[in-house]
Amino acid sequence: MKPLDSLWGTVITGLVLTLILYVIVRAAIGA
Amino acid sequence: MDWGAFVHYGLVRWLHIGAGVMWIGLLYYFNFVQVAALKAAQADNNAAGITKHVAPRALLFFRWAALVTWLAGATILGNHLFEALFFQQKALVPIGVGAWLGTIMLFNVWALIWPNQKKILGLVQASDEEKGKARRTAFLASRLNVALSIPMLFFMVASGGIFRTALFPIAS
Repeated sequence: MKPLDSLWGTVITGLVLTLILYVIVRAAIGA
Repeated sequence: MDWGAFVHYGLVRWLHIGAGVMWIGLLYYFNFVQVAALKAAQADNNAAGITKHVAPRALLFFRWAALVTWLAGATILGNHLFEALFFQQKALVPIGVGAWLGTIMLFNVWALIWPNQKKILGLVQASDEEKGKARRTAFLASRLNVALSIPMLFFMVASGGIFRTALFPIAS
């Protein structure tokens, strides 16, 4: 079963992606 | 009064948010409500109410709201659109990430979800095998959009004024 098959898996995927992108963007702009 | 600024930053942003609420609201309706409701209705031999009367209407507003949201967002960015999308200014990187996520989501709506939903709902001819494949593709594209909507909304709300300076302080 893939994460996107369940709603919880989908929401957790979105939250993890948010955290990863936030860290990357902060590092990229030198914050 | 600067009417150009009023239209650009007032009316167009209002439209962007209103259409965005409709787009993401219907996306969440499909994923949080309709998928499970359709399964239960099919078990009751009662799915036509949803597939014939609800889904086509919901998809109509869904796909056009997606396009209006994107166009209004691109209009707001105006001359800064390419700077944002290609991360050419530090202050525009957060909104650039949000814009990329929204662009990928718009692509999913028009290139994956809508063409496959047309097969599923019988709006275009398709064999049972094609319908099965279309169901899986549309489902995964829709779920991917739910996942992408979470960082997209974060970067959209975190890109303005005090929120951006608090969450993305730029070293001077």
